[in-house]
Formats: sequence, C-alpha cells, structure tokens
Amino acid sequence: MKTPEEIFNYLTNQFGEEDLSFESRDIGQPWITVLASKIREVSKFLRDDSELLFDTLMCLSGIHYPKEEELGVAYHLHSTKLTHNIALKVRVPESKPNVPSVESIWKTANWHEREAWDMVGVVFDDHPNHKRILLPDDWEGHPLRKDYVQQEFYQGMPTGE
Amino acid sequence: MTDQISNIAEKREMTINMGPQHPSTHGVLRLELDLDGEVIKNTRPNIGYLHRCFEKYAEEMDDYSKVIPYTDRMDYVSAMNQEHGYVIAVERMLEIEVPERVEYIRVIMAEMQRIASHLLGIGAFGLDLGAFTPFLYCFIEREKILDIFEKTSGARLLYNYYAIGGMIKDVHPDFKKDTNEFVKTFRPKIKELNDLLSGNKIFIKRTANIGVLPEKVALNYGASGPVLRGSGVEWDLRKNDPYSIYDRFDFEIPIGKGEMGTLGDCWDRYIVRVREMEQSLRIIEQALEGMPDEGDVTEGIPKRIRPKEGELYARSETPRGELGYYIISDKSASPFRVKARAPSFVHLGLLPAISKGALIADMVAIVGSIDIVLGEVDR
Repeated sequence: MKTPEEIFNYLTNQFGEEDLSFESRDIGQPWITVLASKIREVSKFLRDDSELLFDTLMCLSGIHYPKEEELGVAYHLHSTKLTHNIALKVRVPESKPNVPSVESIWKTANWHEREAWDMVGVVFDDHPNHKRILLPDDWEGHPLRKDYVQQEFYQGMPTGE
Repeated sequence: MTDQISNIAEKREMTINMGPQHPSTHGVLRLELDLDGEVIKNTRPNIGYLHRCFEKYAEEMDDYSKVIPYTDRMDYVSAMNQEHGYVIAVERMLEIEVPERVEYIRVIMAEMQRIASHLLGIGAFGLDLGAFTPFLYCFIEREKILDIFEKTSGARLLYNYYAIGGMIKDVHPDFKKDTNEFVKTFRPKIKELNDLLSGNKIFIKRTANIGVLPEKVALNYGASGPVLRGSGVEWDLRKNDPYSIYDRFDFEIPIGKGEMGTLGDCWDRYIVRVREMEQSLRIIEQALEGMPDEGDVTEGIPKRIRPKEGELYARSETPRGELGYYIISDKSASPFRVKARAPSFVHLGLLPAISKGALIADMVAIVGSIDIVLGEVDR
C-alpha cells in the first residue's frame, strides 16, 4: 500500500518529472496531472507494475473549465490487491480536445469515455465505439459544458425549458 | 411471402430489439441483439431513455443540500443508500463529524433499504424466469420495510430523509419496536424464500452455468457489489473501505462459490443477495442495540454549506455495488462538478461480455441477475 505522494515519486522515477505534476487543494484528495499524450503509457504502467497493480478504474469523469477554456478528464483508480487509490487528471484545450483512450487497459473506460464525450465533448482517440451514449446521436452540443445552450427543437419537437 | 420466409430461414442471422418496453428489462432499456438462430452473437445495450442530466441539475442548484432529492431519483428502489453516499461525500468536504445517534439511524436505514432492494431484485428475477409466487412473498416483506420508512420520513420510495450533517428529523417513536419486530419475523422468511426459489430445480436449471463472469473480467470491467462478489471476490466497501460506522459491526461478506454450476454464474449472483439479507439483519440487530436513545439529530446540520476549494471521490456500498460521487468545489455555494458513478451503469456495460453465446431466453436471466435500475443507469 502506497500513499499518493509515494505513487507520484514512483512514477517520476519511471517517466521523468516533465510530464507529471502532483497537485492538491485545501481539502479533499490530491491528484497527479499527466500530459495527455502520455496517459495511456502511464495507465498501462499503473496497471501492470507489481508495486502498483491498479486493477480497477473506479470512475472516469469529464470536466469543463470555462475560465481556462480547457476540458479535463479525471481517472480514479483503485487496486483491490494492494488497497491503494490514486486520481489522475488530464487537461486539454477546448480547441483540440483529444485524449488517448484507455479502453484497452480497463474495459470500464468504454462506457465512461463515451459518456465524457457525450456530456463534455472530450474526444478519445482509438476508442472502438466513439458514439454518444445517453443522448441521441444527432443531439447538438455537450450539456455539461458551462456555456451550453439547449437546442430549441429536436427533430421538430420543442425541447421545453 | 413464402420466398421471404425461406430467405430468412437460409440466412438464419438477424438483429432484433429487446425492449425498450420489454417486461424483463426492468425499465426502459433497449438491447439490440444480433442472433444466429437462438444464439446471441452480439449485444448492444442502448440507454438514455430516462436521462435527466442529474449532474447539470446538481451544478445549477445554489445549495449542496438541494441535490439530495435528486439523488433519491437515481436509484429509486434504494433511495436511502443513494442519499447516504452523497451526504458522506459532502461531509468529508466540509470536514464535519455527525452525532452518534445519526450514524446509527443512517446505518439501520441503509441496511433496511438494502433488504428491501434485494427483495425486489430477487422477486423480479424469479418473476422473469416464470416464478410468480416468490415475487408476491418478497413484496409482502418489502411492504413492511416501506411502512417503517413511511412512519419516519413520510414517504415510501423517495425519502429526502438524510441531511448533510444529520437527519431531517428524528425517527418515529415506534421505530425501534417496529424494526425489532421486523427483524424477528423476517428471519424465518429467508428460509421460506430459499425453499421456494433458491433450491427450486427449474430455477437452478435456468440460472446455473448461465452468464458466467470470471473474476478477472469482472475486475477489468469495474464490477462491484453482488456482481463482483458472485464471481468469488471478497470485496465489500463496508469492510474494505469503511465509511460511517460500519467498522463497529460484526458481519460476513457472502461470496459466490459455484455451488450449482460454474463460479460467477447467475445463480451465484442471486444467492449472494439472499445471503446478504441475513448479514444486513445482523447489522440492524447490533445497531439497534448500540443506538443511543438521546441526542438531537438536527443539531449538526450546518446553516451554510460552503466547502473550501478541492475535490474528492467518495464511495459507498449500495445494494447494487459501488456508488461513487466525484465532487469538485470552487468555494461557491453550488458544486462546480458532481459526477455520479452508478454501479448499474458499469454493470450494464459488461452485459455484452457475459451474454455472448447465450440463448435468447437466457438473456432474461442474465439481465435479471445483474439487477439494474435504469434510473441510475441514465441519471
């Protein structure tokens, strides 16, 4: 079992310090920010390394940061063998919201990534089925963006307030 | 006409829709099934029919506590557990402790709700496979729990009873008596249920060796709760990541053992739920004994809820599995982001993996055995 700091140090030994940073705020849990292009590599290491063994992805969430004009993806990992947790975060600009998919590492990510695309608009590269999941395929916009405006009509039907 | 029929017969492969208005999909769920004769080649679940964008509502509320009624409506058959998961997440953000009496009431309510939810899950599972009587027997018992909830909270399904830092109001004066009475009468009923359904030959034929979920696949797909335990993994957040006061109680984690067929089949997932009800009874008994008689349950509720800047992921064990809330606070009165990680959503995602190669009639058993609630899948 490792603390988040120990996991971060372990990761920097492997991947260097440029692509990773450790962040925390006044309350709650700390997280590791990972460069988007490295996320799959880091995830694979987290799952397979014998001292980390993160075998489950508990949660994957898309986030919109309107001030920075960025989108984020948060990964919450857990190891059932070693009982430790870690949160990873990736941030990408709104103009080019591409993040490599981790579906090939944890199958849970398949639906969660589709939800993050549907709700926030993060594009997951190499996802096997990159489609909307909760909303109809021809819906406009991504509702969980802070600047979202609901379309007035959907296929001729008023969408209401 | 005859030409058309012979064409279909030659091809044998076709795609059909199961749902959205199919009685065994437990809500509005559409499964696109690619069939070769009776054998399922591929399953594509289509969801979103009940989507209300709970997360958007939560972000637009001007108060953290106004989100609680919306959490009720996620998994509407275990609303107490949903509220519990949300309030512990916010309490951790505020770094507040709740009074003893509140913790005990919460645990009793959550465990009673677990029994009620499992009764519905088991009853409906039996019903899907043609066993009508156990369904009614389960509902008689579930009704008694709902009566107890109604006396205290005023509602039968969507309670809005948990509050951040306490409870909305104290329990009804009869609460202890009623609950004790229920525990006493319910124990023999589990045996009755086992005689009626668990050991029933037809039921075993329909569920054993069907929809086998191996341990490795379960973990990789993020399964939790009875679905994961049915595959033989001893994993329960009440024990493995204790929240509230669960570390004070003595109870076991039932797991699947492949008694009737293969480890991780539909019967294993079913029996885990039955055995969990017994364990919940044990927890309720201990909690009733330890519950302090005095104490104001509303005194700890903060007047103003404004967490500092930060974020956390808090999880709790609902009857369906791991319910996680990922909350980001930006110091304002409303949450910046609330993400609900619903167990049914994850479990439905693994349906294609366990239904491949099954017969179309077995699909009904598999969907029933993962016990999904569509309100939680679609949020």
